Amino acid sequence: MASWETVIGLECHVELNTQTKMFCGCRNVFGAEPNTNTCPVCMGHPGSLPVPNAEAIRRIVKIGLALDSAIAPHSLFHRKNYFYPDMPKNYQISQYDLPICVGGHLDIDLADGSTKRVGITRVHMEEDTGKTTHGSESGRIHEAEYALIDYNRAGVPLVECVSEPDMRTAEEAAAYLRELRATLEVLDVSDVKMEEGSLRCDANISVRPPGSEVLGTKVEIKNMNSIRSLERALLYEAQRQIQTMEAGERLVQETRHWDEGSGMTTSMRSKEEAFDYRYFPEPDIPPLEPSDGWVEEIRATLPELPRARRLRYEALGVRSEVVRVLVADRTSVMLFEGAVAAGADPAPAATWITQDVAALRNETGSDGALTARHVADIVRLVADGTVSGAGAKQALADAFSSGAGIPEIVERLKLRQVSDTDTLGTFADEVIDEHPDVVEKFRGGKDGVIGFLVGQLMQKAGGAANPKVAQELLRERLRG
Amino acid sequence: MTELCDLTGAELSAKLASGAVSAVEVLESSLGRADAIDDRVGAFLTRTPELALERAEELDVYRATGAPLSPVAGIPTALKDVFTTNGVRTTCASLILENYVPPYDSTAWARLSGDGAVLVGKTNCDEFAMGSSNENSAFGPVHNPWDPTRVPGGSSGGSAAAVTAGEAVWALGTDTGGSVRQPASLCGVVGLKPTYGLISRYGLIAFASSLDTVGTLTRSVRDAATLLSTLGGKDPRDATSLDGDRLDYTAGLDDGVSGLRIGVVAEASGEGVEPGVRAAVGAAVDRLAALGADIAEAHLPHAEYALSAYYLIAPSECSSNLARYDGVRYGFRAGGAHADSIAMMSETRGQGFGAEVKRRVMLGTYALSAGYYEAYYGQAQKVRTLIIRDYETAFEGFDMLVSPTSPTTAFPIGAKVDDPMAMYLNDIFTIPANLSGMPAISVPCGTDAQGLPVGLQLTAPVLGERTLLRAASALEADLGLDLRPPVLA
Ligand SMILES: [Zn+2]
Repeated sequence: MASWETVIGLECHVELNTQTKMFCGCRNVFGAEPNTNTCPVCMGHPGSLPVPNAEAIRRIVKIGLALDSAIAPHSLFHRKNYFYPDMPKNYQISQYDLPICVGGHLDIDLADGSTKRVGITRVHMEEDTGKTTHGSESGRIHEAEYALIDYNRAGVPLVECVSEPDMRTAEEAAAYLRELRATLEVLDVSDVKMEEGSLRCDANISVRPPGSEVLGTKVEIKNMNSIRSLERALLYEAQRQIQTMEAGERLVQETRHWDEGSGMTTSMRSKEEAFDYRYFPEPDIPPLEPSDGWVEEIRATLPELPRARRLRYEALGVRSEVVRVLVADRTSVMLFEGAVAAGADPAPAATWITQDVAALRNETGSDGALTARHVADIVRLVADGTVSGAGAKQALADAFSSGAGIPEIVERLKLRQVSDTDTLGTFADEVIDEHPDVVEKFRGGKDGVIGFLVGQLMQKAGGAANPKVAQELLRERLRG
Repeated sequence: MTELCDLTGAELSAKLASGAVSAVEVLESSLGRADAIDDRVGAFLTRTPELALERAEELDVYRATGAPLSPVAGIPTALKDVFTTNGVRTTCASLILENYVPPYDSTAWARLSGDGAVLVGKTNCDEFAMGSSNENSAFGPVHNPWDPTRVPGGSSGGSAAAVTAGEAVWALGTDTGGSVRQPASLCGVVGLKPTYGLISRYGLIAFASSLDTVGTLTRSVRDAATLLSTLGGKDPRDATSLDGDRLDYTAGLDDGVSGLRIGVVAEASGEGVEPGVRAAVGAAVDRLAALGADIAEAHLPHAEYALSAYYLIAPSECSSNLARYDGVRYGFRAGGAHADSIAMMSETRGQGFGAEVKRRVMLGTYALSAGYYEAYYGQAQKVRTLIIRDYETAFEGFDMLVSPTSPTTAFPIGAKVDDPMAMYLNDIFTIPANLSGMPAISVPCGTDAQGLPVGLQLTAPVLGERTLLRAASALEADLGLDLRPPVLA
């Protein structure tokens, strides 16, 4: 069977979480009562006019800068004309041949440890539409008797980010989408929740014989509501296309709909049925002409981007698997940065945060009273042997709920380990005297019984002995 | 006998300020005139006498405190029915908006209303401001007060007729290709189209956004200056409105034309201009020379392409602007069961729009289609650039340009309805100012052999309103015309 190369490009739509909508003063919030956040402008009333939201423009410039796009010194809004009931003006204010962010790239890390650069074609600004709910007795769309439209989402600032067709596997596409989401998250420009639709993704996919420079017939897939469903849809669609080609049939250029339940894509419309959007420059909005100074001001506010952060953490000695878990969560990153700043050894700090702290947060569904200071103290006291691993876990749990300082907790719960060799040496001598039979077994080659002797010593020390030191002292004596 | 409603806004404002008359008396005069003759003129689609009376009474109470009044306060005002008025039906003279009541005020009306102007009603016009005779209204034509068998011009025909007949002291219109100036010319009143962007378009129901301009219809040039002083200035709700505060445009109005360089547009004096129009405009230009202006011939070499460019750009924008009238959220919705929402939308539009609107929507949809865009819309935009350059070149040698406003005087109702091209030619001299965004004004300059008014158009560079008004005022004072339409006799 011949092998095929899959070519994938993604078009992502990102709702910005600005206070107000793109072209009017209505509140921009998810989940409000239907049609409560509307006004003459976003309802497309006669005579109303759009005025661009300066904060939204600032945010798309921020996104463009994070993706290394060029910020166009002159860009235009265009009208994209088509009739649809949830689009109040029956045109969408969008951008066409002069988008605000041009070119760029996003580097993604793959499971095999390699890095791949995915090109960004453009990032442009537009407005979202309303939401239609079809209703009928039967509840089936094609038997719908009425449609209810909620215009709360109409006019919400929407950023469209188009990638080059640079991805070759579903895994790469998923990694790209994850990286884009993480980037948008640190930029603090969007809620990026795929389940709420604040991040949406369509895919263009084609297959071709390896080595071919020509792109195959392109299919657009819509309706993938998670990264997992993007991956599944691409795997399915690549197989479908390859099977079609190998059966000697022709592929049609079309838009297909991903069905999560059946795990299949089905045809929505062919190229011939595609809309003619009759784009023309939006006469109600003057050109966008950001000054270099303004763009540089925004650049200066850019936070450290996820990939740069991952590389920095790895350079600090944190294992890459741990880094991935760490950076995926904002609170974890804050605890880690704080603990390292307080002098904690980065690798164990990362482990504590991604394991024990994460477990406590999961159990309680909260961040508790824990601070970076607590984490730093735990790491330090374990490293210098003041507390055992088990003691540290106990102290951490206490700090998580009480907020008390770790040194105070260690004293209160008597978690301090005895490492003093004089005291422990006396206990060791006593244990050897009291268990001659076990000592006999050990000397006869049964090394495993050392654990029993350590346990006996621990009892005498009231559980506070440093087990490592205890074992060393016992072995020293038994050898002698 | 001259009644209160026949006075200018400036004259009435002085009487109100001195206490010689009350706002209620002024209003009742205008309302009485409309009661008496509007069945013959048909200027209004909606009259608002109760609201007006309430307003006038409030103003009289306020006036009694001795507080200073704005020069628009207490003046009976009419609005073309394309300006949104909160709570007052706004139809665009279209079935599709027959029962539409806007939830907000247009900025233009909000500014006038805020300064105390009194709304007497919403005036008839061509449907969605598309037309030059007011015959495209879904609710019937407007009759020219000079001769009820003739058109008042369009599309702001109702506003022009109402002001001419004393049913309102002044009115707002909109001018996309001449829709304020041409009816002003045909009705014998003053029509001002300011620089594009000087007056906010917020709440002006769009026909062609890059050309639509709020304009005024008044009985004197001074009244035009007064209204512009209230209406002008940046509006944060209109991204295309120009930066700048409100200015007083009545300042320097009487400074005369001495030394002004005025160019007579050669391309606007050839064939197609009626002899009566040519004679009246020629005589007025001679008066300008006598008043001290330097007169010479000027050229706008690309003016001949203006009409074609306009009839691509305006319909293209209109096809998109009018897409929102679909029966989903407001306005008319076609009755009966519909196969789906798209069918409901097209049946609504099919029944709700009139023939001229459909003609332009289809023309514009075609011009913007894939494969035709460059040849039509793109090319038209290039012509637009050439026309702007023509004006810039002309204004290097002249302070303003003069031409007839319209090639004809008022023509009989029905004369051109079957010939869209003949109808479109009405706007041949007014369209270039819309394509270029320059301010222009039509002032009455005499009558033709049939006694019908003739208008003269002055055009100035961008934001040249002060010079424009000053020259118009000088001509008005010199000619001293007393244009009283026979309907009032
Ligand atoms: Zn809104």
